Amino acid sequence: MDELLRDFLVEAHESLDTVDTELVRFEQEPNNAESLALIFRLVHTVKGTCGFLGLPRLAALAHAAESLMGKFRDGMPVTSDAVTLILATLDRIKDILAELERHQSEPQGSDSDLIAQLDGMAQQPAADTSATPMEAAALTATQTQESKAAGHSIRVNVDTLEHLMTVVSELVLTRNQLVDLSRHRQEPALQVPLQRLSQVTAELQDSVMRARMQPIGQAWQKLPRLVRDLSAELGKPIDFEMQGADTELDRQVLDLIKDPITHMVRNAADHGIERPAERRAAGKPEKARIRIAARHESGYLVVEIADDGRGLDRAKIAAKALSRGLVTQADLARMSDAQIQRFILVPGMSTASTVTSLSGRGVGMDVVQTNIGRIGGAITLHSVQGHGCTIAIRIPLTLAIISALIVEAAGERFALPQACVMELVRVRPGGEHRIEYIKAAPILRLRNRLLPLIHLRSLLRLGEDSARQSESGFVIVTRVGAEMFGIVVDSVFHAEDIVVKPLASMLRHIPAFSGATILGDGAAIMILNADGIATAFGSSPVADTDAVISGDETAAVALKPKTSLLVFRAGEGTRCAVPLSLVTRIEEVEASAITPSGDRYLVQYRGGLMPLIKADADMRIKDSGRQPLIVFSDGERTMGLLVDAIIDIVDAHLDGAIADARPGVLGSAIVNGETTDLIDIAHYMPLFSDTRSAA
Amino acid sequence: MTACDQIVTVTVGRQLFGLPIARVQDVFKLHRITPVPLAAEHVAGIVNLRGRLITVIDLRRRLAMAGNNADAGMAVGIEYGGESYGLMVDAVGDVVSLDGTSAEPVPVNLDARLKDVASAVHRLPAGLLVMLDVERLLDLKASEWAA
Repeated sequence: MDELLRDFLVEAHESLDTVDTELVRFEQEPNNAESLALIFRLVHTVKGTCGFLGLPRLAALAHAAESLMGKFRDGMPVTSDAVTLILATLDRIKDILAELERHQSEPQGSDSDLIAQLDGMAQQPAADTSATPMEAAALTATQTQESKAAGHSIRVNVDTLEHLMTVVSELVLTRNQLVDLSRHRQEPALQVPLQRLSQVTAELQDSVMRARMQPIGQAWQKLPRLVRDLSAELGKPIDFEMQGADTELDRQVLDLIKDPITHMVRNAADHGIERPAERRAAGKPEKARIRIAARHESGYLVVEIADDGRGLDRAKIAAKALSRGLVTQADLARMSDAQIQRFILVPGMSTASTVTSLSGRGVGMDVVQTNIGRIGGAITLHSVQGHGCTIAIRIPLTLAIISALIVEAAGERFALPQACVMELVRVRPGGEHRIEYIKAAPILRLRNRLLPLIHLRSLLRLGEDSARQSESGFVIVTRVGAEMFGIVVDSVFHAEDIVVKPLASMLRHIPAFSGATILGDGAAIMILNADGIATAFGSSPVADTDAVISGDETAAVALKPKTSLLVFRAGEGTRCAVPLSLVTRIEEVEASAITPSGDRYLVQYRGGLMPLIKADADMRIKDSGRQPLIVFSDGERTMGLLVDAIIDIVDAHLDGAIADARPGVLGSAIVNGETTDLIDIAHYMPLFSDTRSAA
Repeated sequence: MTACDQIVTVTVGRQLFGLPIARVQDVFKLHRITPVPLAAEHVAGIVNLRGRLITVIDLRRRLAMAGNNADAGMAVGIEYGGESYGLMVDAVGDVVSLDGTSAEPVPVNLDARLKDVASAVHRLPAGLLVMLDVERLLDLKASEWAA
């Protein structure tokens, strides 16, 4: 392509995007002389260059638009119709530019329709000529400022910049290698030049990084126009506000967050904001607000998208999660609002009841979550029903080179980005900090709170699946969004600047990893994704029990990994078992304390009455002595299952389970060589649904 | 396949396989493979090859061949979809030229996992050579199902 033409295309695209933004702003502030001056100058430049390059269609369109804007400058009132018309003209110009880029010549066609409208509007007599006239001073001021900046910057091809980054990355790797070598070999003569090399490399890395930085406003350029169009299409007046558009971040990251941000703004306008009538009824101003703000926060960029719409509907999300089988009613009762709101980040959870042309096209917040997670970012939600929703994304400023902690689990090394590490805690049995267990869940007491832990070894299924993990090692206290948790590793080496390399598509589906890197000693290791690890909490252990409680026979048969079972005996029949994870407590009460009440039994338990039911209709309750029972609770309700004897707790595969039609029995499986009935707790719980009022 | 194609021969579990030479970037000795936890069964791990990260595919597992991998495995480097892969094999043989005359369609009774990725079978004096289709071998979706 002709060099001249290419430059023109690049410049024209940039100019037109700016004009889009500025026009929308100008429509709201018709007295903003600076804004109008900028628009005028950009359109004028495009027109001038078109004439020069022999592009008559573009020149004619730009000329007509310029004439109309000239009238604005002379004091013609700015109407919404006029702005819409100019925006339409800009769209036509963009279409022609796209064709021009493909075929290197202007496409055939006529623009007389638009030109006639533009001219017609420009001919209208100015109703109010007393409007503030343009201040010529402002125009000249901006122009001089612009030309000064032009002298200090040059255009660099993105590929050149990318290549520079790759080379610097290689340099960093080589430097790391040298440092690693010198650590083993005490060569005093090497120390000084090596230190110098290290310093220069760091400086170079920093400069190249800075060259790649761009203001985030670039990703927002199309947003004012988008919101304006949506506002018109949906009939919802919206005030759009942008803050911190000059906050800088790596251009690679910028490219990756452009779509997620657009998607979220669109969501806010389409789903978040109510119709004007609805807003009036709720006592809110008719004109809604969407605000997008960016700021730097300790090595991260935080982008907030806030609206004052209806907020997330807890009940709707909960119902959807329930119908999709993601949680049980019991889980929901225990969950906080924040936990329930996070379900919107799970695939297939769009709660929009109607699919509009704008959103609800099958891609939703889960895609945003995936994209943000992939670049090591995190999403936090804050929503108050009826008052609006704020979504904040936290992303690293750069992806190319990050500081990471090198850790080890089961003999394998992994890199954990420093940015998500809050602190390191050494744990060992009998030490100041030690790992405690609540059932199978490892917990660490850290100052005044309980920190849920996850063993990296078991998360990644490394080594033999020993029931008890080694109790000594390090807990890496990690924060993702508002959630804190600890990752248990065997040892922690050192921190190293690592060059992040993307994973092959074949490995990209594993949420625990975000990339790979090469260490100073030449080893290739995986980079852990704290966000992905966070999703392992709650989801994996709950998923197993779900299948059992749901009472779905096929699900029970399909249970995959080992399940901890509480095995007990009741009546003459076969042994019975329930998943240990559903059991709240194993108790023994005085048999004399149990009183019959209708067809069930009651016992005084912890200052209240607890309903009891026999695990087997034929079993006999003891007359004296201590009666064993298994206590279950779902949220506030508590019930006891009367059994003859507790036998054992075993880990068993339920692969071969056979479904059963008997009420209260999920199916049968071989546990420790004996046929065992799997009891369906979900069947018993509702039998007590009326006891709360009675108790 | 054109009339005369150059192919690289490799062996996995005494079976001869062929890869189109146009797809082969390099041949290298594997050492220090880092396993990738939770990855598909046929992913042997990642490896650092002169500063490049390569995803190593265990061809024996991928093709469901019997036997164990040799200690010092060889790998054939292949670029697919802008990503670098290494196919782990027992040994790398010669570059041979094949004309179309020795090619036969893939026999119907082949193991399904092998049949999916085979493009032809050649009758060679040394034995039967199975031509592999690199696209299908490394196709994410197909390989996920196979795993």
